[in-house]
Amino acid sequence: MARKPRSEPSLPHGMASLAPTRWDIGAALLVLALLAIMAQAGRGTFAPLESITQVPLSLDPWRLPYYAARTALRMMVALGCSTLFTFLYAPLAAKYRGAGALLVPLLDILQSVPVLGFISITITFFLDLIPGRVLGAELAAIFAIFTSQAWNMAFSLYQSLHTVPAELVEASLSFRLSGWMRFWRLEVPFALPSLVWNMMVSVAGGWFFVVASEAVTVGHTRFALPGIGSYIATAIAVNDGRALIWAILAMLVLILLIDQLLFRPLLAWSERFRIDAEPGEPGYSSFVLTLIRRSRIGTFLAPLAELWDRIGRHPAAAIVTHKETASPRMQAVPVLLLLGAGLVLGHYLITLPRGEILATLVDGLITLARVFALVALASVIWVPVGVWIGLRPRFGRIFQPLVQLLAAFPANLLYPLLIVPILVHRLDANIWLSPLMILGAQWYLLFNIIVGTQALPHELRQIATNLHVTGWLWWRRVGLPAIFPYFLTGAITASGGAWNAAIVAEYVSWGDRVLVARGLGATIAEAARTGDSTRLALGIGVMCLLVIVVNRLVWRPLYAYAERKFR
Amino acid sequence: MTSAPLLSIRHLKRSFSKPGGGELVVLDDVSLELRPGEIVGLLGRSGSGKSTLLRAIAGLSRPSAGEIIYREQPIHGPAPGIAMVFQSFALFPWLTVLENVQLGLEALGLPREEIRSRAIAAIDLIGLDGFESAYPRELSGGMRQRVGFARALVVHPDLLLMDEPFSALDVLTAETLRTDLLELWAENQLPIKSILLVTHNIEEAVLMCDRILIFSTNPGRIISEIAVGLAQPRDRLDPMFRDLVEQIYVAMTGGRAGRLATQPQQFPQVGMGTILPHASTNALAGLMEEVADAPYFGKADLPEIASKLHMEIDDLFPVAESLHMLRFAVLEGGDMRLTQEGRNFAAAELDERKSLFLKHLLTYIPIAAHIRRVLDERLTHTAPLSRFQDELEDHMSPEAARSTLRAVISWGRYAEAFAYNEDGAGFSLENPE
Repeated sequence: MARKPRSEPSLPHGMASLAPTRWDIGAALLVLALLAIMAQAGRGTFAPLESITQVPLSLDPWRLPYYAARTALRMMVALGCSTLFTFLYAPLAAKYRGAGALLVPLLDILQSVPVLGFISITITFFLDLIPGRVLGAELAAIFAIFTSQAWNMAFSLYQSLHTVPAELVEASLSFRLSGWMRFWRLEVPFALPSLVWNMMVSVAGGWFFVVASEAVTVGHTRFALPGIGSYIATAIAVNDGRALIWAILAMLVLILLIDQLLFRPLLAWSERFRIDAEPGEPGYSSFVLTLIRRSRIGTFLAPLAELWDRIGRHPAAAIVTHKETASPRMQAVPVLLLLGAGLVLGHYLITLPRGEILATLVDGLITLARVFALVALASVIWVPVGVWIGLRPRFGRIFQPLVQLLAAFPANLLYPLLIVPILVHRLDANIWLSPLMILGAQWYLLFNIIVGTQALPHELRQIATNLHVTGWLWWRRVGLPAIFPYFLTGAITASGGAWNAAIVAEYVSWGDRVLVARGLGATIAEAARTGDSTRLALGIGVMCLLVIVVNRLVWRPLYAYAERKFR
Repeated sequence: MTSAPLLSIRHLKRSFSKPGGGELVVLDDVSLELRPGEIVGLLGRSGSGKSTLLRAIAGLSRPSAGEIIYREQPIHGPAPGIAMVFQSFALFPWLTVLENVQLGLEALGLPREEIRSRAIAAIDLIGLDGFESAYPRELSGGMRQRVGFARALVVHPDLLLMDEPFSALDVLTAETLRTDLLELWAENQLPIKSILLVTHNIEEAVLMCDRILIFSTNPGRIISEIAVGLAQPRDRLDPMFRDLVEQIYVAMTGGRAGRLATQPQQFPQVGMGTILPHASTNALAGLMEEVADAPYFGKADLPEIASKLHMEIDDLFPVAESLHMLRFAVLEGGDMRLTQEGRNFAAAELDERKSLFLKHLLTYIPIAAHIRRVLDERLTHTAPLSRFQDELEDHMSPEAARSTLRAVISWGRYAEAFAYNEDGAGFSLENPE
């Protein structure tokens, strides 16, 4: 759909007529409904902890809207925290080189570490922080979601702050905008489109962690926060297939609602901050944004716009142009931190028998092999499919949102359904549990391949047709080189997802039956279940190490090669 | 002139330290004065540091030595009363025309009513009436630059800096904008005292400026100052106008002639330390053919051929200079004369051209000869790019070394003097596989 003309004729809000229009009524209904849901969902938060450890969760499908609202609230609070974190961390890292020398590498490592491994540790921390209250468990869950979102968003803002077009910086300097004003009037607007996009990707990835962090058993502590994730955990525990189907449907509806109510409007709105957009270029459109713009909700949002305007208008007297340079002392900080972490880890490892460490390493290598094999397998399947879809714009328009939805859908919801055939046919868990790891992650691969194919210039495709380049020659000379950088982005995301999924996919239960595949994920899951903190730390440590080493030795060089050769 | 200078620059120097020690001088010993009521042009080729000078005056970069005095105060950072117009417009794409124009006033912390009325007045003055609520992406290049002008004028600066403000526009639009601006200037409607204009377009400088300062390249120095006494509006076809253009061409090639005079031959001494201009072999052959044919028959006036081929000086000079270095042509006094070899080249077929080019390349361009010699001596007949990059960096900045190697690679490939493989970043004698 084409973008609306920029200068839409509009009357000042509330000036045209006092009678509510149909836009007003629709918007008011929307706002009231959202408020009611949020109030209801927020009430349970301050209840005592026993209320969620003793009472089994109701499997009544009519309770699902409430559970979905609780899950959504958790997600939104985490998103709020991530946004706040982003706006503190990224400017600090970008503006003060001394701080950046520490903060940027730290972010890079945090980004590549599998978050799921840490959940059991952080839960213990938060339960101790606010003992006996649901709030502690809520905070733990929110923190888990936060850790899956924040790094990605902070990195996006950091990168945007570094790529603000030089001439706009010069223009704002020469018109004597203060540093504060420059941040709000230039840097933040410039960063918005990619920040909103990254928010959406973060939330899509976050559903997986919501489901995994709502119902948790750590040693003797077990709780189930009201939410879709707990509903599913209960359904699995009592072997209720019908409830499982209801939960999956509720999850789909929730994802679609958040997409329509939050991200579509945000994306459509942030379009105007894109620097390269040309008139007539197809952009995002959002029914809800139109609703807000045409109705009087705008009157309620106006103070927000006014606030932003005022914040950005304040001309702080001093013009900050100087950039702090990184002193050698500051640059030593990351090294010292790493050394410290190494010492703590070394101390830990001394208490463990050698054989245990070796066995965990072997487990890690098994999972590593699984991740690579699965990414390879998924590539073989999805490259032809993705290219086929990408070459046909009509199909692309249908499939692209579908694939985005699939990527957001937490695949761990589907695990119980998929292990039934393994149980029935008594298949080897070591092999047949593996595909579960790639179940959610594969969609990133497909999505990127479709996008990459669509990015192939039309002239190149026509010249290939004109020269009768077909079959294998076409793939070798046109198709594969064109999608390679995109494919790589997808493969990196997919393998990251697979590592996280390993913790839930190598150890799956249905009722009282448990399936285990040998690997690092299963080791971590078992250590968490039994509350064996030493082995848990060892397992997580090995996983972090493997992920970081693979990133540095495999993905990064490949990425650099792709950037050099194909862009 | 009796009035006190608005701006004076004394012995300004701007240099960057090279990674391997030493310094790269971009601007050297530049002194100038700007008085109220005049338009002064800074004319030079890319790399002459004229934009660097403008940015130093705008307070966007700091000089390494020397001082910039504006209204009797030295400049450290963006000064009030100096506004800038950018080559790429530098408009905020998410702000409307009105909001873009208001931005500079908001930074001054003025009351809202005053901001609005002044912005509207500037928009009216510059001919943007009716476009207040448009976004920059909806506007044509010419209208965008009008917003750039309005944004600069609205703060009522004493000094307006313009960094090649018309070079991103098409010829027709640029002419309209120039004329409009000059009219407003002549009618005293602009709230400014002086204009400093950076340009590489000789005719533009003669059309607009009261004085033109001509810059040399590497390092940038003022080599000549030309006063333009013509009354406004000026006519490009006026013989006096043409004379001035010719005079500037002579001055711009004259810097070279001055250097040549100290040498026995008429050709420049090309050494390992000479930065090679980037000119494609197609352009070299094209210019030789053009000059060899009627009506020039081997000798052409540079301004004439520039306007005939629609080449700006940044397009024409690298090609002409390359021909000079390769001794296919001689540059003197704003003219270009083909040598006998140059005429032979223009008349020859492809294979003959290549062998002639090979001979000149290996004889007169030391870096090309050096690469060839190294390849011949080595048993494998291969050598990495980095080796020559390092050798060149003893004489020039890394960026200049890279661009010199790019030039020599493209000439070497055409002459089939050697092959270069981008993937392995290495030279070899054989052609690939």
